[in-house]
Amino acid sequence: MDNILSVLVFFPAIAGLLGFVVDKESARAYGITVAAIEFLLSLWLWFSFDTANAGMQFVELIPLIPDFGVTYYLGVDGISLFIIIMATLMTLIGMMSMSITENVKNMIVTLLFLEMTMVGVFVALDAIIFYLFWELSLVPMLYIIGAWGGPLRVYASIKFFLYTFTGSLIMLVGMLFVAYVYHNLTGVWSFAITDWYALVLPVNYQLWLFAAFFLGFAIKVPMFPFHTWLPYAHGQAPTIGSVILAAVLLKMGTYGFVRFSLPMFPDASVMMITPIAVLSIIMVIYTAMVAYAQKDMKQVIAYSSVSHMGIIMLGIFAMNAEGIGGSVFQMLSHGIVSGALFMLVGVIYDRRHTKMMDEFGGLASVMPKYAVIFGIMLMAAVGLPLTIGFVGEFLVLLGFYQVSPIMTVLAGTSIIIGAIYMLAVYKKSFFGPVTNEANKTLKDLDAKETWSLIPLVLIVVWLGVYPKPVLAPIDHSVKAMLTFMDEKAITHGAKDMIKEAKSTKEVK
Amino acid sequence: MLQPINVSLESLNLITLAPMLIAIAGGLIILVLDLVNDKLHKSLYVMLTLLMLVIDFGAVLGLNVNERGFFDVMLIDGISIISQLMIIVGSMIFIPLALTSKRFHEYSYPEFFALFLFMIAGFQFMVTSDNLILIFVGIETASLALYTLIALHNRANSYEAAVKYFTMGALAAAFYAMGSAVIYGLTGSIELYKVAEVLAVRLNETGIMISIFGASVLLLAAFAFKLSLFPFHTWAPDVYEGASAPLAGYMSVVPKIAAFVVSIRIFGMYIDLGIEWVRIVILVMAVLTMTLANIMALVQEDVKRMLAYSSISHAGFIMAALALDTTEGTTAIFLYYALFMFTNLGAFAMLWISRHKVRRFSARYDNPYEKFAGLINIMPIGAVIMGLFMLSLAGVPPFSVFWGKIYVMQAAVNSGYVWLAIVMGLNSAIAAYYYLKLIVFMFLKEPVKSVDTVYYNLSKPLMAVIGLATIATIGSIFYIQPLISYLYYMISASGY
Repeated sequence: MDNILSVLVFFPAIAGLLGFVVDKESARAYGITVAAIEFLLSLWLWFSFDTANAGMQFVELIPLIPDFGVTYYLGVDGISLFIIIMATLMTLIGMMSMSITENVKNMIVTLLFLEMTMVGVFVALDAIIFYLFWELSLVPMLYIIGAWGGPLRVYASIKFFLYTFTGSLIMLVGMLFVAYVYHNLTGVWSFAITDWYALVLPVNYQLWLFAAFFLGFAIKVPMFPFHTWLPYAHGQAPTIGSVILAAVLLKMGTYGFVRFSLPMFPDASVMMITPIAVLSIIMVIYTAMVAYAQKDMKQVIAYSSVSHMGIIMLGIFAMNAEGIGGSVFQMLSHGIVSGALFMLVGVIYDRRHTKMMDEFGGLASVMPKYAVIFGIMLMAAVGLPLTIGFVGEFLVLLGFYQVSPIMTVLAGTSIIIGAIYMLAVYKKSFFGPVTNEANKTLKDLDAKETWSLIPLVLIVVWLGVYPKPVLAPIDHSVKAMLTFMDEKAITHGAKDMIKEAKSTKEVK
Repeated sequence: MLQPINVSLESLNLITLAPMLIAIAGGLIILVLDLVNDKLHKSLYVMLTLLMLVIDFGAVLGLNVNERGFFDVMLIDGISIISQLMIIVGSMIFIPLALTSKRFHEYSYPEFFALFLFMIAGFQFMVTSDNLILIFVGIETASLALYTLIALHNRANSYEAAVKYFTMGALAAAFYAMGSAVIYGLTGSIELYKVAEVLAVRLNETGIMISIFGASVLLLAAFAFKLSLFPFHTWAPDVYEGASAPLAGYMSVVPKIAAFVVSIRIFGMYIDLGIEWVRIVILVMAVLTMTLANIMALVQEDVKRMLAYSSISHAGFIMAALALDTTEGTTAIFLYYALFMFTNLGAFAMLWISRHKVRRFSARYDNPYEKFAGLINIMPIGAVIMGLFMLSLAGVPPFSVFWGKIYVMQAAVNSGYVWLAIVMGLNSAIAAYYYLKLIVFMFLKEPVKSVDTVYYNLSKPLMAVIGLATIATIGSIFYIQPLISYLYYMISASGY
């Protein structure tokens, strides 16, 4: 099936449209079935994916607006493949574990549309199509936060929308400028990213364009100091919203850096290593400290999620195969782990309708299964060896060590601080005697929750022990991208940086 | 002894007048029908008007590009054809909105429809001439008819709106007349192409700049009134509020298309002559218009006023494209309006179906935000459609206005105005807030009062119009390509 990508993008959308007809009572089963089929389709994509080929596969190209250079252009490579699978998996698991009771049908339909936009962003190879899905993804999320969220939901959803919208409009101007430069050089209008890769831009252009794209992506990641929308969004969003937001939507930003900024502006990217690394390290350490100060369990997870996004950013700007490959892997692990953690917080919130840690204590004796799974996910978040979190974090730090040992050490403190606040959460909530009467009668995980969490635990352990099947295709595409960047770079600094990285890479 | 003027009928090329004559004849037929039988139902007049517009559309489509006629005062070039087509299409969407389920005062008069057709003829004269006097005649025909149409909506604030618009319009007309007089004084001609020739020769004379400045400032003021550009925009929200919702939507699109065509002819000429400060003034006005109107829209409590300010802001957006004076910029103007037309008329039509005789939500406003609170529970499809229109106006892809926006921005970038594109981007972000506000009210709040008010006026023809607007809004990605290539071809064929 050569057009599997179109099927992947439009299947959930069509299912969403048809979902309006499905009866309210059956909407949930409908949603889960559709999401499962979508997940199986994405697995099919993986099995028919040629891991030896580092380039774009399953390419589809239909001119949409030829006069303006917009084409319906999709493709997938090792970098995007697993993010797509992760997105479909997390949608499925999120739907399975969903505890919302009111307006379930609206939620299912919204989630299916959201799934379309998520898959669309990661398979789009045309900047306008990318932008289209990117912007469209805001709308379902706005509705999810605004309709099912906490007391401040309207404020949180509007802040989320406007923040991201503003950043991406600046990015749009950047895109239009690249298209203009491309038109000037070739006489043809094109928004195809692969065409844009071929552009060798002067350094000052690269810097300005890098800044424009940076605004769009950094707000989405969210980089310090643009992260202020995220705690609100997470704090107010329903569990399913937080799961999708943390697992997939944030990855759009980091994916954007890998797909656009690095290959299109290699010289500017190399020049920006230090500023971005500094921001990332501030993000890692500062938000980790903020996380420690939180009393609300969900806010801890939210800030820790921001903190881990800092590690991903650091890896991307290591400019070598370990760093970027590690980042892409870390995107997957962050998606699965933080998604699972948000689901776990949702579990206790459904039972107690509070997320305050001082309300809990001794949960381990009342809810043993819950405590075990929470513990495993927590360890994975901290980056314990043999869990999925370790692989990515280790590779990123290894990669960035070649850039700057000192900054790597600073970033490495994230593991220590992470361990401190995560274990503090665990200690406060799960250990000790059960002090609060309300906690004594809590039910352990029910079948629905168990069966949505077990697959995630299995993945966490499997990819922690044996990451090769995922890491190899990623590494392949990343290396190809680095070779390309090296050829394209015009300044000596950039060439040295990328070359140096390549030579050490062979040791592995 | 005066030589008798000898004109052959062929040299008049009367076919160039055909479209306007059809509209005028249509108006006269309606008046005659009323004389014969005054008990005819409005639906007859609506359909007759629609039919006349269809013929008019066909007549325009049949015109050849770049022809002159009627003592060379008529000019059929690419932009006049596409603007006439857009004017007619806009009118065709507007007129079925008269078929509401409730009765309204204005539609019980056949004169409404006759005036409407005369107005269209006026717009068509405006866009098919480069003769300053004929343009003036067109402007006045159309404007006087429009004032009356507003006032026919039998309400106190409709009269207020009509009088306000009339006074402002009279002032604008005076500015226009004085500006044209100065141009005539400078060049001895009122034909724009001759004006351009003479000005090009005289441009280097000392002291002439002050007169050119005077003429262009007067004309700019006149068109800033018509296009509701800052600082001449203050009439717009009140007039839109007073006019009936469909007419307000119509005013935000069709008269502006006509005024833009004239502006392209006049100010494009100035910019082509290398009078750079005209461009700068237009740019400054455009930027101020989009920004200030956006900020004003943020604080509105009434959806109709919000939409009024939003259409001012959109006009500012498009005015910026005019300042670029490139083929792409001019294409952007028409593309933007072609897309904006459906979405904006659709949005106003959604207000129209909720038009109620008594103000039930607020003593001051007809359409406060609270009226639409919880619309998703009352009328789910209506809420989704209105939400789509709002997202489209905010510039969320893939809905129609987004393509207009990026085309304008691309045109700005191509002409080296990257800052302008950034200003436009930031303005779209500000604008997103007030569109979102309505979405928040519709989707995320609980209904305030009894529920029948929001679809009080709904009828099948209205549903059809709104459905058409929705399809045009959602499916824009599929017709953008032919639209752009047609517009671009027509515009470049006429040398803009």
